[in-house]
Formats: sequence, C-alpha cells, structure tokens
Amino acid sequence: MMANRFTVSPDFSPDYLAGWYLFNKWMQKQTGLKIDLELYGNFYTQRIVTYSHADLVYVNPFDASMLVHDKGFLPLAKVAGNFDETVIVVNSDTPINGITDLKPDLKLAMTEDPNINMIGMMLLEAVDLNDGNIEKVIYDNYVLIVKNLLEGHADVGLFLAKAYDELSWVVKKQLKVLLQSEVGEIYHSFLISPALAEKRDEIQSLLIDMDKNKEGQDVLRALGFDAWIKVDDEEMAFMVNLIDALSIQS
Amino acid sequence: MLEDMNINDIVGEYKQITLDLYAIGARKFFYTEIETPYPEGKIIVSTSDTKGVITHVNHVFVEMSGYTKKELLGKNHAILRHPDMPKMPFKELWDTIQSGKKWQGIIKNLRKDGGYYWVKATVIPNIKNGVIVGYTSVRRKPSALVVAEFIKRYPTLRGSK
Repeated sequence: MMANRFTVSPDFSPDYLAGWYLFNKWMQKQTGLKIDLELYGNFYTQRIVTYSHADLVYVNPFDASMLVHDKGFLPLAKVAGNFDETVIVVNSDTPINGITDLKPDLKLAMTEDPNINMIGMMLLEAVDLNDGNIEKVIYDNYVLIVKNLLEGHADVGLFLAKAYDELSWVVKKQLKVLLQSEVGEIYHSFLISPALAEKRDEIQSLLIDMDKNKEGQDVLRALGFDAWIKVDDEEMAFMVNLIDALSIQS
Repeated sequence: MLEDMNINDIVGEYKQITLDLYAIGARKFFYTEIETPYPEGKIIVSTSDTKGVITHVNHVFVEMSGYTKKELLGKNHAILRHPDMPKMPFKELWDTIQSGKKWQGIIKNLRKDGGYYWVKATVIPNIKNGVIVGYTSVRRKPSALVVAEFIKRYPTLRGSK
C-alpha cells in the first residue's frame, strides 16, 4: 500500500513534536490508511514537500489558501479558538516600549511564515517602516529569532502569537511584546489533497468527533488542542480572499 | 438607498449636510470634528456583495464604526462615507474593483456617532468561475505622514486633522 504523506507547518513548539507523531498514529488507526508524517525544521523545505507531494497538511493560513486556490486542496478542519495573530517583540533590555519608538534601519528577524510577516509589515507600516528602510533577516524558526534577539543580532522579531506564547517563561522574561495583531479571521487549517478527496468526509468526521472520546482527547491534549471544528468550502473561500487582500502591501 | 443619520446618535458639536452619494443617492449627514484614533494592531475585515451591501464584519469593524454587527449587516458600505471625502477616490475604487482589479487607498470614515477615523483600505474582487460575486476589504492604521499627504491632495479634506 502506497503511503500518504502528512506534513505540518513548522511553527509549533518542540513540546508538541511527540504529539504530532501520536496524532499520526491515531489517524492511521482510525482511517486504515498508511500515513507517513514528515516534519521539517524550516518553512522552506516543508513548503517544497507540501506543494509537491503532500496528501494531508496542517498549515498556516497563507499556505492553506495557496494550496486550496492553486492545488485544489480541500478544507477539513481548524482548531477551536485558534486564530493566527502576529506579535512584534524586542529584547526586554531595550528602552523601546511601543512600535512608535522604532526607527528606520532596524534589523527585523522573521521566519518564512508568510502571513506573520505580511501582518507584521502591515503593522509596522503605520509607523512608516517598510521594506525600503529596514533590514529583514530570515531565520529557520522562532527559536532562532529568540536567540538572535537575546544576543543582540536582531532588533525586532515577528512571531506567530501562539508560538510566542509557547516559549518558556524564562525566555519570555527576557523579551518584551510591543504589539499583537487583532484580526481574528485567519487560522491554521487541516487540508486534504484532491488525490485523497474520496476520504474527505470520513476524515473530517473523525477529526470533528475526536474530542468526544478519551483516546481522541488524549491525543488532542498532546497537541495542545481542545477540539477540531469543521471548515467548509465557503469558509475556506472567505479565507482565501482575505489572504489575497492582506497580501497587497503598498 | 441609505437612511439618513440619526441625530440622537451624534456625540458632540456637529455639522449637517445632505449629499448625493455616488451610486447610492441622497443622505443627510451629521458629523463632528472628533477623531477616534485607529488603534495599533487592529485590522478591519469585511465582505460585501457586488452592490456594496455588507455581508460580513469582524469585531474590529464593529468597534471602529460604532455600529452593532446587526446594524452593519445588510447595509451599504457607504454608511461609512464621510462628507469630507471627495467623490473621486470612490469612483476610482468602484471602477477598479468592478474591472476585476484590486484597489488600495486612504479613506476618512464616518462613525455612527458622527466622529471619524482614518484607514488605509484594500478592496479586492471575489471571483468565482470568472464572475465577480462580491468584494473583500481590509482596513488598517495608516501612517500619519500618508494621511497628511492625502489631505493635501483634496480641498474638501483640508480642514481635517
């Protein structure tokens, strides 16, 4: 039996790594499908795999909208109460207390998480910071952004709010949040490829009912989730349009 | 058609004017000089049908406009049109999005209480099977410099802050 490939946006805390393997095991047991979970340490590699041969994905809103729009992926579910917001962070030792204190020529640390960067730049544009007057430095993941902020190699960092929240209190004590976005409409999504479309209803039902039994609840807890909620085509079409609108910078 | 503003909703000293709005018709406005500064970090999201009738709003839209969600849904987007705003940007907006393209610009929006707030707006057509079925709009905080430049361009806005 040919294995189906499952991949996840690399923006979750290392604390949940084992959780994703547990989830994959649960999926295989429930569906009878052979599913290989492929996790990557950076967005670039994960995106190449996702776009070339993934069958099941749990991805950020930008990649979700691209996969639906360009590759015909179908939405299955999202995590209850989980929206993708962006936080702008500096080292707690700096005298900067708000984005209005930020000046041109700063070094902005970011991952390749497109919607986080998009929203982050949108928020900075309000204080006249843009691609033309700041230096962007791309790191593989949020842990490296923390490291570079703490070592003074970067002035400001952009984080997925959830990823920032999941940092240890020891780390967060050394950082300062200047601003958090408030959009409330975009979220990570679980999608299925068109090649596996005949399994859509079955997998969607399994996910939605996952919090209704002890085994499912234990796996969800290992991922830091409460429950999956159904995402239908219309709701996903709304997010695709919204990401399109948000993608337009000046 | 859009009903007149309700004088009982207005907060502070106000001016009154009746204007013929592009593609909407006449509306009586009551408006003040009170600005609600656009908060950092917040992004307004809305969708409308092809005639500009609002079909979805996020909570930031509700907060900034001063209307309830129920009051906004089913109303034309022109409910936010400030009398100081020249007609030209709206004509340009509609011409652009109706031709299937994306539009971005600065807008002075009118609140339910007669006050105003500035936004940088992006509007895109939602296209399904080659047909425009509605529009999605996001609005964010514009920089003070960009607003100042915009005010300079239009005489009707020159009294604005």
